[in-house]
Amino acid sequence: MSEQEKQTTIENEGRRGFVAAGVAAAAGLAIAPGVTLLDVAHARPADQPASSKNRWGLLIDSTKCKTGCNDCVNACFTENAIKQGDKETDSQWIRKVELKDLRTGHTASLPMMCQHCAHPPCVDVCPTGASFKRADGIVLVDRHICIGCRYCMMACPYKARSFVHEELHDQNPDVPRGMGCVEACTLCVHKIDRGDGTTACAQACKEGAILFGDLNDPESEISKRLATYASTEVRADLRLDTGVRYQGI
Amino acid sequence: MRIPTIKTMGTWLASLAVVLAVGVSSLAIADGGAKSAKEKAMLEGVKGDKCVMPTEDMRRNHMKYLKHHRDETMHQGIRTTQFSLKGCVECHASPKNNSVIGTNDNFCQGCHAYAAVKLDCFECHSTKPKANAAFHPIAGQAPGLAADMRKDMAAAPQTNAAGAAQ
Ligand code: SF4
Repeated sequence: MSEQEKQTTIENEGRRGFVAAGVAAAAGLAIAPGVTLLDVAHARPADQPASSKNRWGLLIDSTKCKTGCNDCVNACFTENAIKQGDKETDSQWIRKVELKDLRTGHTASLPMMCQHCAHPPCVDVCPTGASFKRADGIVLVDRHICIGCRYCMMACPYKARSFVHEELHDQNPDVPRGMGCVEACTLCVHKIDRGDGTTACAQACKEGAILFGDLNDPESEISKRLATYASTEVRADLRLDTGVRYQGI
Repeated sequence: MRIPTIKTMGTWLASLAVVLAVGVSSLAIADGGAKSAKEKAMLEGVKGDKCVMPTEDMRRNHMKYLKHHRDETMHQGIRTTQFSLKGCVECHASPKNNSVIGTNDNFCQGCHAYAAVKLDCFECHSTKPKANAAFHPIAGQAPGLAADMRKDMAAAPQTNAAGAAQ
């Protein structure tokens, strides 16, 4: 598409992607020579690939997360059209974990999901290339390639992946899912790509315990919070450089 | 048995080609030509007056376009709408069951059953357009994907086609 055509498309269309592109053009004004203010969370046009300029991540504050609250988990089920059953084998992209320090009795509650590692073990072990990390740091399974061997499930230190054992129906058109493949939290990649700038779990948390943002952008709220307060990677000893970090554990 | 010479092989191949061509054209929904009841049923409820590429091209190459687009979307996050499977479903879902599969009168299933080609897409992908999907009580209406697709293709039909056809 030539630049001029693109411009016309932007003007002629009311669609979100191109509107977002227009906003990006406006937001991308230079604030000083060589310095631009680009609101990347809402910026990428539909025809542009994800870029390593961004690294999407979450900061989870377990001091805000309430024991017994399941709102983020339910939001994930709804967003991704995951049927909530009672079988042990049912898919689970996010789950609540309660921690208790046996010596002090201190408890903490936190949601656990794919940690979107910079060095993901699931990608290392996948024999087919189905497990991959997108340029912007989101770890995904390409179901067109996955053979369902489940090596990645064994490799994941966070038990973040699920295998779909049964035929599925009524999928969300934005979130294809089906029998015979491994799946996990996609960091709501379909929402990120359309410029929502957040995930279903972060939106659902009434306590504001989940913050979504760009770890590569020093001006993003998540980066500022990470720079100000101490945070931890779960199993930091594995040095996977996770995209999901925790506060208060 | 007579060993086929190059010449007889050639003739044999030619007649095979004729048989195949006849087979395909009997299914072909000739533009402007008379449509069978089945073809009409399969096209019932299709939104808009033309597809994202000329019909003949789509009939032969839709799988290539879809595959090319699928890899770009999956691995790079490129989400243009022209060759999006979601877009196919949006336009071609039958008004009877709001789906592209289910009976041989449904668009995707009907043709695939005729051509005896297994259709795997819908083991994972939704068979229903987003706007009417009942799974998501709080989801708003999808912003006219079908209209977006036609605009996308008006903006960039050639580049996409050339890229995808290789
Ligand atoms: S289950 Fe699929 S994604 Fe996981 S390792 Fe095997 S092929 Fe790769």
